[in-house]
Amino acid sequence: MSKIMTGAEMVVQALTDQGVTHLFGYPGGAVLPIYDALFHQTKVKHVLVRHEQGAAHAAEGYARSTGKVGAVLVTSGPGATNAITGLTDALMDSIPLVCITGQVPTHLIGSDAFQECDTVGLTRHCTKHNYLVRSIEDLPRILHEAFYIARSGRPGPVVIDVPKDVQFASGTYAPPKNIQHKTYQPQVKGDLAKIKQAVAMMAKAKKPILYTGGGVINAGPAASALLRELVQQTNFPITSTLMGLGAYPGSGPNWLGMLGMHGSYEANNAMHDCDLMICVGARFDDRITGRLDAFSPGSKKIHIDIDPSSINKTVAVDLAIIGDCGHVLEDIVRLWRTEAHQPDKKAMAAWWAQINKWRARNSFGYKKSDTTIKPQLAVERLYALTKDRDTYITTEVGQHQMWAAQHYKFEEPNRWMTSGGLGTMGYGLPAAIGTQLAHPDSLVIDIAGEASILMNIQELSTAKQFLAPVKIFILNNEYMGMVRQWQELLHGGRYSSSYSEALPDFVKLAEAYGMKGIRCSDPAQLDAAIQEMIDHPGAVIFDCLVDKAENCLPMIPSGKAHNDMILPDTGEDIGSVIDDKGKMLV
Amino acid sequence: MNAQAALSPYSSSAGKTERRETHVLSVLVDNEPGVLARVVGLFSGRGYNIESLTVAEVAHLQGLSRITVVTSGAPETIEQISHQLERIVPIHTVTDLSLADAFVQRELAMIKVRGKGESRTEALRLAEAFRARVIDATTESFIFELTGAPKKIDDFVELMRPIGLVEVSRTGIAAITRGPLEM
Ligand SMILES: Cc1ncc(C[n+]2csc(CCOP(=O)(O)OP(=O)(O)O)c2C)c(N)n1
Ligand SMILES: [Mg+2]
Repeated sequence: MSKIMTGAEMVVQALTDQGVTHLFGYPGGAVLPIYDALFHQTKVKHVLVRHEQGAAHAAEGYARSTGKVGAVLVTSGPGATNAITGLTDALMDSIPLVCITGQVPTHLIGSDAFQECDTVGLTRHCTKHNYLVRSIEDLPRILHEAFYIARSGRPGPVVIDVPKDVQFASGTYAPPKNIQHKTYQPQVKGDLAKIKQAVAMMAKAKKPILYTGGGVINAGPAASALLRELVQQTNFPITSTLMGLGAYPGSGPNWLGMLGMHGSYEANNAMHDCDLMICVGARFDDRITGRLDAFSPGSKKIHIDIDPSSINKTVAVDLAIIGDCGHVLEDIVRLWRTEAHQPDKKAMAAWWAQINKWRARNSFGYKKSDTTIKPQLAVERLYALTKDRDTYITTEVGQHQMWAAQHYKFEEPNRWMTSGGLGTMGYGLPAAIGTQLAHPDSLVIDIAGEASILMNIQELSTAKQFLAPVKIFILNNEYMGMVRQWQELLHGGRYSSSYSEALPDFVKLAEAYGMKGIRCSDPAQLDAAIQEMIDHPGAVIFDCLVDKAENCLPMIPSGKAHNDMILPDTGEDIGSVIDDKGKMLV
Repeated sequence: MNAQAALSPYSSSAGKTERRETHVLSVLVDNEPGVLARVVGLFSGRGYNIESLTVAEVAHLQGLSRITVVTSGAPETIEQISHQLERIVPIHTVTDLSLADAFVQRELAMIKVRGKGESRTEALRLAEAFRARVIDATTESFIFELTGAPKKIDDFVELMRPIGLVEVSRTGIAAITRGPLEM
């Protein structure tokens, strides 16, 4: 079924053949032939963003909420450099993207031509792989290979840099076949002998814990279902990273809440005291481990991951299983069942009794108020009023993000889109738009901070143009709250440049875009106001004026161990807890 | 990595050894543009050491090149380097030769020495003992070509220094496993 066509037509045909429904992009001189090819068809819908960073984040939201590859199209030079933050974000969080960048014609490469930049050089460090297409003969293979590399193994972003002359050239296009790459062959099935060993370790454990991450989400909904079955059969407690929320239901009986720097007291203490840690698709990131030499000192550790470089990177483990979380979980669940294992009932009862003591500290608790809206209350009420709907949540970065992770309970995978590894302010609004376009009838909410939302506020135009009824729920504390909190912690409360000066009137801003604006500062009116937001058929900016001084607790201060947390009821003076060594850390 | 980072509670993993080792990694790659930049960029981006690096095509028809890297670090770091290299798409295989049973390594050096009279004959005598060849000569200088393990070249260079060493150019090492099998 080969066909003669131009390079630009090949790009659009390959997107179609790869099942791309939405292409997030922004035109420019070096991609005009591709825009012309888009003009002549209807299968791929082009979504015009207002900044190329927005295109990448929108594609991330689309990808994370659907499990499909997100597609991006930008021009050379500034188009490519603007996309770099989004590509880096996708690399850190293992989100599959294919980003097509225009490039100056081949004969001008290296001459500092207008809007030339070394795109493959610049993106080499922030992509899983990248290509400069040197001839039309290579283009069809590279297009299909890029999708394969982006979605298989540990997913990630792939850039294809297409010079303008290649877009105009004619060649033979062939649709995708089963790709067998000569060097890239991710291992998906786990080693059965090792899996047997893991099951034997699990059967003997007295204080086990499951620590899961974004890898379970990336392995698809079936992996989450298997994880639930495993928890149900073993009665093991389970915690997860920020990226893994939703793999196990937030309302489930064995759920300990998120772990790590702003994780729950019970999750962190259980990690510290466990005798067996089963890490599934997580990577022992510094936000998770805290102080490494005091990280879970007495436990045996099993690590299941598709990326061999994640093994023993920061934490040495006793048993490593390389493979896709879904495949490995399937084997574990089957072996647990056929070998008729039973958890050690007595030991488990004692372990759960201990965990319940930690739980009783109620570490996500906060002081209630009748006069100001506490940010935690705002998330709690948002959760209560949206949990029975078909809801997707995105966030920006800061305190509001952590409060969302603590207080919004996710029942399903792919419902939670947040920038974890890179921590990119400005992620939430474009990601919400991408998510909304993939799920037009669902309720999509960006839980935002007043500072972060301004980083990609231009995307309101995109939401308006493409009729994306996203709800932007701003926890407006008039501070870069997370920065303010660290200044309180480390710098004597000297709030250097962290006050959100000169904010726009967010209600009027919404109205300027023909959207609905809602403001609320009274806890008594909060429910009605949230309901009004939900009921409005179009996009809404909700300016929720919250307590300006609230700190996000609990917290493992930098340089401390899991069992050395600041708790909300002891966290009044946080200025004295971090020593000089801890102050060096981020 | 600087001293501060080494002290960091986030990087001083319990169970990590203080021991530093030098390893020779043999990396078989598709001979395509940018592949060397990917490898070198990985080392600089993640703060790994490169003590020596050589690259050349080794199988023209299959388009394969071999990169030989000498690196040093804690054994855990070196294991991590191998895994990080394996993530690079156009890389076929990464072999840590220092973990293999036995391998041979060779380096070629050109050494320019200046001198007259007694020191000139002394240089020639030592060159003969090291089996270095003279590849250029003037009335007041020699260029020696010497092949061998890096240590042998180091030793020869040190002997030439007092005699009149001018400068040295070295290739970096190429290495291969002993015995009949592929690496
Ligand atoms: C692009 C970017 N720049 C800077 C930071 C550092 N940073 C982390 S949180 C934060 C403040 C966020 O303020 P806001 O959006 O109001 O959220 P809050 O913490 O108040 O909830 C900043 C500046 C970042 N994460 N991303
Ligand atoms: Mg704020």
